[in-house]
Amino acid sequence: MTARTLAEKVWESHVVHREEGEPDLLYIDLHLVHEVTSPQAFDGLRLAGRPVRRPDLTQATEDHNIPTDLLGGLIEDPVSRIQVETLRANCSEFGVPLRSMAQDKQGVVHVIGPDLGLTQPGTTVVCGDSHTSTHGAFGALAFGIGTSEVEHVLATQTLPQRKPKTMAVTVQGALPSGVTAKDLILAVIAQIGTGGGQGHVIEYRGQAIEGLSMEGRMTVCNMSIEAGARAGLVAPDETTFEYLKGRPHAPQGAEWDRAVEAWRELRTDPDARFDREVVIDATALTPFVTWGTNPGQGAPLAAEIPDPSSFADPAERDAAERALAYMGLQGGTPLRAVAVDTVFIGSCTNGRLEDLRAAAEVLRGRHVADGVRALVVPGSMDVKAAAEAEGLDRVFTEAGAQWRNAGCSMCLGMNPDTLAPQERSASTSNRNFEGRQGRGGRTHLVSPAVAAATAVVGRLAAPADL
Amino acid sequence: MEPFTVHTGRAVPLRRSNVDTDQIIPSDYLKRVSRTGFADGLFREWRAAGDFVLDQPEYAGATVLLAGPDFGTGSSREHAVWALQDAGFRVVVSSRFADIFRNNALKGGLLPVVLGSDAVEGLMAAVETAPQTELTVDLQRCQVDCGGQNYRFELEESARQRLLQGLDDIALTLRYEEEILAFEASRPSWKPKTIPAIT
Repeated sequence: MTARTLAEKVWESHVVHREEGEPDLLYIDLHLVHEVTSPQAFDGLRLAGRPVRRPDLTQATEDHNIPTDLLGGLIEDPVSRIQVETLRANCSEFGVPLRSMAQDKQGVVHVIGPDLGLTQPGTTVVCGDSHTSTHGAFGALAFGIGTSEVEHVLATQTLPQRKPKTMAVTVQGALPSGVTAKDLILAVIAQIGTGGGQGHVIEYRGQAIEGLSMEGRMTVCNMSIEAGARAGLVAPDETTFEYLKGRPHAPQGAEWDRAVEAWRELRTDPDARFDREVVIDATALTPFVTWGTNPGQGAPLAAEIPDPSSFADPAERDAAERALAYMGLQGGTPLRAVAVDTVFIGSCTNGRLEDLRAAAEVLRGRHVADGVRALVVPGSMDVKAAAEAEGLDRVFTEAGAQWRNAGCSMCLGMNPDTLAPQERSASTSNRNFEGRQGRGGRTHLVSPAVAAATAVVGRLAAPADL
Repeated sequence: MEPFTVHTGRAVPLRRSNVDTDQIIPSDYLKRVSRTGFADGLFREWRAAGDFVLDQPEYAGATVLLAGPDFGTGSSREHAVWALQDAGFRVVVSSRFADIFRNNALKGGLLPVVLGSDAVEGLMAAVETAPQTELTVDLQRCQVDCGGQNYRFELEESARQRLLQGLDDIALTLRYEEEILAFEASRPSWKPKTIPAIT
């Protein structure tokens, strides 16, 4: 048999129907649903009189619209409330299991899949959300879809898809101390660009990737979409199996052994060819932050904001000029001189227990700078409970940060947690687009450790600066 | 879906790269549960800033959007496609589209046309010089014609046929019900299940 990449193996094992000149019809093992991209899909089912084919392979959660204050009940915005109530009604009508706000095991859709053990190696995972790529950390083929495709999966549990190209991002050497998965992926995106992965599934490999925890791998895969990739994945290994074992929906007993045996086969063959290969030197990486309005506009924290005239390509120069004007920044300013108003620690990129531990380690015994608002928002109610069991909530509140319930919060400006016009944030989320965190808000993407250090200093900073 | 065969209309040049879907339709519009009514949110922030090309009177009524590279990056929101359609657009031309946006556009009947950057530049220059210029986008011949400029574009045949005939994807898939059933019967028993929900 010809040598194949991991992505090709997962793809091939899910083809239901193949026909010359047509996209492959892929079976979907797990369909995750949230309130924003599903209402019109359920409407479509009703109009056509179609049921949800496999409610038992579907999991819904409330995350984008909900408030994260600890009151945990009322959604004041009537439009948001209607959307969440619509999801509840749809799940009830169609028999889809739902995790509701502030309830046990609810959380951000890409945090609860892994939390619950639903995200497993070698599976196909889709969700009406671009950050579905997160689940690739388990060696799953996981990609975001639009609402029409959500309806298609609800109705058929399959999806016609064109086979993507494959790309290897090999991260050689070990990450230096103080450099995290977030710094790594921001540096990758800055190198290959926001369209660099377009049409490809990225497999992350190499020593630095193998050395990452599952949380770190999820951070890396999560932002594959910011490089334009269809999906990102990492071959499963002992780290993966150890993370999964004993989780609520993970296989048990003899089933577990059979599953692990199959999962061990999920590796790219030694002589398999990728359509494109990129090599990154992990040892040269340092804490990395963004200065612009797309995730590819980033630089090492130790650097200065680039002067737009330094870009040879006129389109890039124009984009940099526009970005700096929006961000209220000047080329040539050291990034460490940029003062922030708000620090947000959370999201499907960095809202897991390890992220909260990293931030708490920096904030322990320190205090958030005067005038800075700091929000710490766990990615799920399970993460929240685990953090509280370790006393992390007290570390945050004693440092002057706000401790919240689980939700998407300030990642995307759809709930009460937003930036005001011209307010500047250091955020552990994934997008620094204009207005992403609120109209006129200015976002710098950072790691949890950099976010925490920035909260203490009041300017962009790394823990080593403290 | 309404079939797409040939469309003739005027075009508006949007000289920006990396137009993300948060700019096309801001997230507060995503709270709605309907599929229509998004036109007033299209590029809301850029329109509010004033002097935005879509609001210039000479481009009023344009139905073809000419955009810089990497159009539709970011969020998977299909609302971006609905907003463009609600505002009257039938075609978007760019040298590169984000994958999810492109899929959503094809599902909804908004034609994403990929042309080389020189061709996009040529079309932009033409409509900047003479905003009344009409473009014809012919999906039967896979060609864009604009005055003396004629460009071929490619689209995978299956997607082209679906658009030309306005076919319902779900009905097409359900023709393979027996194969889906056979596949389901062969799935390993340890694959994840969400029901019963575990507390």
